[in-house]
Amino acid sequence: MQYRTDTKNVKGLGTAKHGFGHWWMQRLTAVLMVPLGIWFVYSLMSMENLSADTLIMWLHNPVTAILMALWTVTVVYHAALGLQVIIEDYIHNKKRALFLLILLKITLFLMLIVTFFSLFKLVS
Amino acid sequence: MAEFSLPKNSKIQKGKYIKAEGATNVRKLKVYRWDPDTGDNPRTDTYEIDMDNCGPMVLDALNKVKNEIDTTLTYRRSCREGICGSCAMNIDGTNTLACTKAMKDCKDTVAIYPLPHLDVIKDLVPDLTHFYAQYASVQPWIQTDSVPLPDTERLQSIEDREKIDGLYECILCACCQTSCPSYWWNGDRYLGPAVLLQSYRFLADSRDEYTGERLEDLEDPFKVFRCHTIMSCTNTCPKGLNPGKAIAEIKKLIAERHAL
Repeated sequence: MQYRTDTKNVKGLGTAKHGFGHWWMQRLTAVLMVPLGIWFVYSLMSMENLSADTLIMWLHNPVTAILMALWTVTVVYHAALGLQVIIEDYIHNKKRALFLLILLKITLFLMLIVTFFSLFKLVS
Repeated sequence: MAEFSLPKNSKIQKGKYIKAEGATNVRKLKVYRWDPDTGDNPRTDTYEIDMDNCGPMVLDALNKVKNEIDTTLTYRRSCREGICGSCAMNIDGTNTLACTKAMKDCKDTVAIYPLPHLDVIKDLVPDLTHFYAQYASVQPWIQTDSVPLPDTERLQSIEDREKIDGLYECILCACCQTSCPSYWWNGDRYLGPAVLLQSYRFLADSRDEYTGERLEDLEDPFKVFRCHTIMSCTNTCPKGLNPGKAIAEIKKLIAERHAL
């Protein structure tokens, strides 16, 4: 049994005084993904073949390598923000939500590291 | 996880069917019924309505049921002209006011349920206490530090007055609030479209001096930013207002605070 006024429930722990950054970066990355996505798909489609050699040659161009890094960061950042919202919206078990949020951040961070390492390895 | 099916004691069962004897112009009302005193599951009763002896609106039909067929039917109503917001309910799958919804605009059998995702007190009466507490939490009144001379008014230009058009008309019926999926899942912390529209009504008022304090209190991952621009609110508003736009304006003001 709990006795709480409605005002107590609504006020809760008060305002976090943030949330705008998340919202803004999600939109910014979404917009950035449009030109980068077009560039990525167009580049792959205009190749003669998709063999490893062709792709490595393509990545040797410094502009390509940098755009590729930017593309990955944008996608991963956007995915991290979006998936975080899905977990916050639908997982109401606090422990499970926290576990999933940590797992999500670590997984996506690992994906970034693997991408950078591979790019560096292939290009150098 | 989010719940996708109703708990056992909320499953809706088939109720009574009450015929209108001798009527030729018949429409049907299928109404959600739940009585807290019996412990029974909710059910839907169907009433035949003699439209030759009934007013044109859904509320008229409900009044006819209450007056002539089944006095136990419980619902809120008051002004019968769309200004009090009492008779907000889910009619044919859309939240709206029974008093401004015409029977001729409904399906042959009009399905009537209480506003979604709120605790039901009885039949079509939902528990709005949390909604009202959320409304109070945004301090919906003009707040100022400056004190005008006792013999003057707080002046507002015609252009500034126009900025609260489309906001001040909100009657707090909670149709938009309870149509919002984000409010269904996180209504405990998300303020919801109706409360945010009311909050913006005072952010947009040139006479209010607490814009900064209001924005400071709103910036929270849950209070405002649970709005995912689903736009069910704007879709359903029986007064034709646009809570979705009001929330977008709040986000824009917060962006401005962050020097963007």
